[in-house]
Amino acid sequence: MAQRYVMSIDQGTTSTRCMIFDHSGRLVSIAQREQQQHFPKPGWVEHDALEIWRNVDRLLPQALREARLDSAQVVALGIANQRETTVLWNKHTGTPIGRAIVWQDMRTDELVEQLRGEPGAGEVIRRCGLPLATYFSAPRISWMLENSPGLRERAENGDVLFGTMESWLIWNLTGGSDGGIHVTDVTNASRTLLMNLDTLDWDDELLSFFGIPRPMLPGIRSSSEVYGKTTRVVPGVPIAAALGDQQAALFGQTCFSAGDAKCTYGTGSFLLMNTGNEPVRSTHGLLTTVGFKIGTEPARYALEGPIAVTGSLVQWFRDSLGLINTAAEIETLARTVEDNGGCYIIPAFSGLFAPHWHSEARGIIVGLTSYITKGHLARAVLEATGWQTREVVDAMNADSDLTLNTLKVDGGMTADHLLMQFIADVLGVPVTRPMVAETVSLGAAYAAGLAVGYWPDLEALRRNWHRAAQWTPRMSTNRRSTEYANWQRAVELTFGWMRPHEGTR
Amino acid sequence: MPGPVQSIERAAAILRLLARGSGPLGVGEISESLGLAKATAHGILRTLLDVGFVEQDKATGKYRLGAAFVHLDSSYLDVNELRSRSINWADALAARSGETVRIGVPLESSVLVVHHVFRPDDSMQTLDVDSRLPPHATALGKVLLAYDADLAGRVQRSGLTSFTRRTITTPGKLAQALAAVRDAGWAAETGESVPGEASIAAPIRAHGGLVVGAIGISGAMERICDASGRPTRRQVDTVVDAARSVSRDITSSK
Repeated sequence: MAQRYVMSIDQGTTSTRCMIFDHSGRLVSIAQREQQQHFPKPGWVEHDALEIWRNVDRLLPQALREARLDSAQVVALGIANQRETTVLWNKHTGTPIGRAIVWQDMRTDELVEQLRGEPGAGEVIRRCGLPLATYFSAPRISWMLENSPGLRERAENGDVLFGTMESWLIWNLTGGSDGGIHVTDVTNASRTLLMNLDTLDWDDELLSFFGIPRPMLPGIRSSSEVYGKTTRVVPGVPIAAALGDQQAALFGQTCFSAGDAKCTYGTGSFLLMNTGNEPVRSTHGLLTTVGFKIGTEPARYALEGPIAVTGSLVQWFRDSLGLINTAAEIETLARTVEDNGGCYIIPAFSGLFAPHWHSEARGIIVGLTSYITKGHLARAVLEATGWQTREVVDAMNADSDLTLNTLKVDGGMTADHLLMQFIADVLGVPVTRPMVAETVSLGAAYAAGLAVGYWPDLEALRRNWHRAAQWTPRMSTNRRSTEYANWQRAVELTFGWMRPHEGTR
Repeated sequence: MPGPVQSIERAAAILRLLARGSGPLGVGEISESLGLAKATAHGILRTLLDVGFVEQDKATGKYRLGAAFVHLDSSYLDVNELRSRSINWADALAARSGETVRIGVPLESSVLVVHHVFRPDDSMQTLDVDSRLPPHATALGKVLLAYDADLAGRVQRSGLTSFTRRTITTPGKLAQALAAVRDAGWAAETGESVPGEASIAAPIRAHGGLVVGAIGISGAMERICDASGRPTRRQVDTVVDAARSVSRDITSSK
C-alpha cells in the first residue's frame, strides 16, 4: 500500500502555506504564496478573501506535485489560520462583502470606546475571557453591519455569513454556495468576543451587546474532528482540524498537559500556557482562551500573553536606524560588548500589550551615557524580548497555580543564540527548541491526523517531538533581580506619555 | 594562455568609478562614463549587486560601493546570518541522519562551531555553539582546510596534535587527505578525534563557489560507517544534500 500523509494549510497574515507531513511528523513538501496587504487608510489593514481562496486552490495541488503524491494518499487536511481576521460573504454567490478586516486593523477604536461605556460592557470579559478591544472580531462585524446599507437585514435573514479565515476556507473547500459547510472551531470562536467560555457556544447576551444576528454565525465545532470532505481542489480529503495559529503552535509543540507552555518568537510574540480543563480567569492582564478541543473530549484552556513588539524591534533597528544589514547581525553586534552598559529599550511603539495594557505608553531608550555604543543598543534590543517574556511568565505564574518549568520556543528568532540564552537566564528555566520549526503547520496536521486515527493518541505525537537545542540558565540570581528591577523602572517611565486627543502617533 | 577577461576589466572600472566618491551613480551615468552599452553596464551592476560589491539606493535606483567591498578583508558572511539561513536544513539533516549536526567556520587555526542540533533521541545533550574543534581531526575541519590554503598553512605550522592513534599527524598525510576531500566534495573522519566516533561533512558555498563554512554529522562509528569502517553512502548523500541546500539558500538571496 502506498505511504499515507497529512496535509495542512497555514493561512497567515502575509502568506498562505501548504505543507505535507509524514507519520514521524517530518516535513515532506511545502508550497507558499504571499497575499497582498491593503492599507486603504491609516490604521486600516485588509485582505482580499477571494485572493486567499485562489491561493489555496493553487497551493494544495502544488504541494502534492512537489512530493509526487496523489490526493488519495492524503488521509486528512488540517487548517491553522491568522486569528480574528473577519470575512463576511454572500451565502448564495460566495462573493465576499468587501475586503476581510485583518486583526491588526484599528478602525473600530471609536466603536470600542463607545461600547465600553454601555451597560453590559463589564460582562464581556466574564463571559468570553477577553477584554473589550479592537483586536478581536466582534467589533469588526458590528462595524461592517453598520457601514454597509441593508447588510444587517440580509445577515438577519441568513443570506450573509461571517467567518474567520478557517470558516471561509472550509466553506469553499466543501462546495461553497453549493452545499458548503459553515463551521468554525472553538479556538477561533474564542477570539471573537462572542463565545461563552463555559458553554463553548455563542452567547445571546454578547450577541445582543454587539448587535450581531445569530443566523450569520458558523457552527462551533471541536478543533480536531472531521467537518466534511473536500469537494473541490483535491476532492475527497477529510477536513479534520482547524485551530487559530497560536493554538496550532501550542499543539504542534505537544503542549498537551497543564503547565506546558510555548512561545512563538516572530514580529510579535505569543506565549501560551495550557491550563487544563478549566478556564483560568486572569487578574494580571492575560487573555483566557481555548487551547484546543479534541473530538468529544473536554476542551483544554490556555492563558495567552501577546507581546506586540519583539522581532519588529530588530527590524526597526535594521530598517529605520540602519545599524545592521540583516536581522541576524543583531547578534553579531550585540556580541561586541559584554553587557547592556546600563541601557534599556522599551519598545512600546503602539502602547504596551500584556501584561500592562497601557495604550498611551510610548517607547523609550533609557540609561544613555557617553559610554553607550551601538553594541550596547543591540544588547538592549535583544534583552527587551527577554524581559517582556519574563513579565508574561510572571503574570501566568501569578494567575494560575501552575509553575512554568520549561519554555518551548519556535519562530524565526530562535536562530539567535544570544537571545535564547538570555531568555533562559531571565526566566530561570530551560528553554528548548524542537526539531520541526514549522510548529503552526505541524499542529494543524497533528490535530487532523488524530481525528482520522492516523496517529492513535497524544502520546504518539509526544514521541515525535525531538529537542533540537536547549539553553539552560547561567545568570546569577543577584544579577537577574537587579537587571529585572532596572527593566521594570524603565517600563514605568513609558506610562502616560500620550495625552488624550494628541492623535495616534 | 588566454588573454584578459573583458567583463572583469569592466567590472573593475565600474568599481573604480564608484570609489571616486562623488556620490551614487545611475546606470546611465556609468555606461556613459565608460563608453559601455547600457545593457552591458546593467548586467555587470546586477552581478556586482548579487555578490554585495555594490548597493542600490531604494529611492533613486542609483549605485554605490557595497559594504562587502569596502570591508573585503572581513568575513564574507556573518556567522549569525549563516546560522539563520541554515537552521531549517540543519534540523532536516538531524532528522534524516539521526545524528548530531554541527556547522563550523574557520577561526584562527581552529574550527568554530556556529550551530549545533542535538541528536534526535532526546538524551541529555549540551549545546556547544562557540566551542572550537581541531581542524585536522574532524570532518568539518578537513572540509575547511581543503578549500582554504591559508588556514591549512596555519594549522600545519601550529602542529598536528594527536588525539587518538588514528589522528593524522604528518603534513604529508594531511595533504593527501585534503586532496581526497577536494576530489570527493566531502570529508570524513573515523575515530581520529575520539575513539569509536566518526563524522562526515561537506562544504557550504557562497557565490562563485567560495567556501564559507562546513556542515556535517557526527556520532558512533557503527551508525555512520559500514562494516569495513567507511562512511555509508546513505549518510554521505544526506550530508552532501544538506550542504547543497544551504548553499542554494545563501546564493539565491544575497
